[in-house]
Amino acid sequence: MQMSGAQMVCEAIIAEGVKTVFGYPGGAIMHVYDEIFKQEGFEHILNRHEQASVHAADGYARATGDVGVAMVTSGPGFTNAVTGLATAYMDSIPLVVISGQVPSQLIGTDGFQEIDAVGISRPCTKHNFLVRSLEELPRVLKEAFYIARSGRPGPVLVDIPKDITVDIGEFVYPDSVNIPTYKPTYKGNAKQIEKAVEAMKSAKKPLLYIGGGVVLSNASDLVRELAEKTQIPAVETLMARGVLGAKNPLLLGMLGMHGNYASNMAMSETDLVISLGARFDDRVTGKLSEFAKYADIIHVDIDAANIGKLVDVDFPIVGDVTEVVKAMLPQLDGIDTDRFEAWRNILARYDELHPQSYVDSDEVIKPQWAIERIGQLIGEDAIITSDVGQHQMWAAQHFPFDRPRQWINSGGLGTMGFGFPAALGAKKAFPEKTVINITGDGSILMNMQELVTAAEYKIPVINLILNNHFLGMVRQWQTFFYEKRYSETDLTFQPNWKALAEACGGIGYDVTTKEEFDAAIKDAIAQDKVCFMNVIVNRFEDVLPMVPSGGALFNMMLPQKVDKPKETK
Amino acid sequence: MERSINKRRVISVIVLNESSVLARVTALFAGRGYNIESLTVAPIPNSDMSHITIATNGSAKVMEQITKQLHKLIPVYKVIEHEEMVEKEMVLAKFPIAEHLSDIGALCAAYNGGIVNVGKEMIIAMVADEPQRIKHFIEAAQRYNPCEIVRGGVVAIER
Ligand SMILES: Cc1ncc(C[n+]2csc(CCOP(=O)(O)OP(=O)(O)O)c2C)c(N)n1
Ligand SMILES: [Mg+2]
Repeated sequence: MQMSGAQMVCEAIIAEGVKTVFGYPGGAIMHVYDEIFKQEGFEHILNRHEQASVHAADGYARATGDVGVAMVTSGPGFTNAVTGLATAYMDSIPLVVISGQVPSQLIGTDGFQEIDAVGISRPCTKHNFLVRSLEELPRVLKEAFYIARSGRPGPVLVDIPKDITVDIGEFVYPDSVNIPTYKPTYKGNAKQIEKAVEAMKSAKKPLLYIGGGVVLSNASDLVRELAEKTQIPAVETLMARGVLGAKNPLLLGMLGMHGNYASNMAMSETDLVISLGARFDDRVTGKLSEFAKYADIIHVDIDAANIGKLVDVDFPIVGDVTEVVKAMLPQLDGIDTDRFEAWRNILARYDELHPQSYVDSDEVIKPQWAIERIGQLIGEDAIITSDVGQHQMWAAQHFPFDRPRQWINSGGLGTMGFGFPAALGAKKAFPEKTVINITGDGSILMNMQELVTAAEYKIPVINLILNNHFLGMVRQWQTFFYEKRYSETDLTFQPNWKALAEACGGIGYDVTTKEEFDAAIKDAIAQDKVCFMNVIVNRFEDVLPMVPSGGALFNMMLPQKVDKPKETK
Repeated sequence: MERSINKRRVISVIVLNESSVLARVTALFAGRGYNIESLTVAPIPNSDMSHITIATNGSAKVMEQITKQLHKLIPVYKVIEHEEMVEKEMVLAKFPIAEHLSDIGALCAAYNGGIVNVGKEMIIAMVADEPQRIKHFIEAAQRYNPCEIVRGGVVAIER
């Protein structure tokens, strides 16, 4: 069929089954927006900042597992999108971002709103394209979606010069892709898998180390089965919360800088690490030379470059976690699960000694309490997004995640301002779920213009602001490591949160007591409107346990002990 | 410990001929802090691929990362870390015509080359040899007051 390049872009988006596109128009992309106006195949959401558009597409992708799509114009539209690309890149999120570019003849002349988009985005995309001709546009679009979702997923940028969106040509959307230089490995090497299984059977203190790759691969059910069948205890990374489910008796918790005692001790004492889709990030390992010092390491990763990058691996398996675990399971028939009982008992004892705890208060709301309370009130029905800081760590520690894709946060890049737009994307994908952005009084302001977007399009997400009047996480480091010099972290000067939300068409709540908290949550769900819930919390609360940066995992600063009977799982 | 010893290494990267592919390869080296000692690139005859030869140095661990990271680039088809290779580099050198032409000619002949151009004031010589010998040639050539020496970078082929 004959059509313009702009129409081809829309047709490709429709053909890929994308229902919602997030974006912001401008000169170089106007032709595409003209076609968006005419079509009915997908909805377009006008965010109020391009960064938010990319985060929203990212939230949509994380919630669904499908490719998210964002659209921006050239120059400043694109540069505003870069943080979004980098955020998705670090967490391997499948996105296609389409940017307008100045007309082909102007490229290289410092034209109005010209910037080298492929040059800038090269280190923060899985791949990028500058479209050279109308003829290659359908193929490039097809490849962009394919590359974004296959192998180790990631964001792909398609930069389209304006003249190519105007030109008219024949459109046939390819139904398959053949890139001879790009063939991801899905099936793990059978010999290596066999050896890894043998190692699991002969270990004394094995440990499942579960990373975000399990979520990306949709392998949670298989990994649950693996844990169940072997009775091997497990730890999750920040990106893997929800994989095993909070009620799973084999789950010790989250490991790393803010991991719980039992998880970090397990990693320090294990004799066999079974790493599934995790990448040994420095926030997880602490001091590398002390990390899993006594263990052999099985490393399953779809990205060969992750294997052996930081730690030496004894059983490298390049492949998709789904495929590899599928191959492992039958070979584990009849595994002696009693073998690991002593080990499980030691770890249970560690958890009894130093459970994940905090000292509650009747005078002031503790942030951890607020998160636990959300878990009790909404629990399974919620999708939780978050920003970056103390609130993010408390959410990861204290919310009872029971399924993958319930927890959406920027782990790799740690982008403040991610949570609110990501919540919009998640809510568009799952309108029937309660979507809550657990955020801080610092982070929320970094994309607060999205109040207007949410109000206009009636996307009712709850922004739960755990308000400590501080850039709390930085303040915590200043307390511990900078002799309490609170350089530029005091946020005593604050907006009127309620008025701010209302001015933009949302609602606001000021909450200082537990009763008000419950009432506000109930009301916010009933009102079905975007809201800012300003919850005043204890100012100087710290995130604990904490492994000081560069320290060994077993050297944790621990929370004060509390005498409350621990509920059994 | 062998894995942590820094060594000179040569790799060949076979890539699709795309406008930005060289930028992707060099940006990867720059962004991840790897060294490039020399780099050559040319199309492979009768194909839509190009051959990039990179001389670099690093430990075995770093080399493994370089190889894997290169392989992750979408237009990269193959990465060969050379072990048993034939390695050559070409050099062009310009000498004043006043120098002893026959001596220069003999020197170049000893390094698989010769005088390739004679002008009014300058002569141009070419040699092609192993990188180590190229170093010797450049040292020896100093005697004849070269005004310019251009090295081509290594190309290598696995034996
Ligand atoms: C865009 C960006 N800028 C700076 C930082 C560094 N940073 C990490 S946490 C943090 C404080 C966040 O404050 P707030 O949102 O109030 O969360 P809290 O820690 O108080 O819960 C800062 C500034 C970051 N992660 N992202
Ligand atoms: Mg704060």
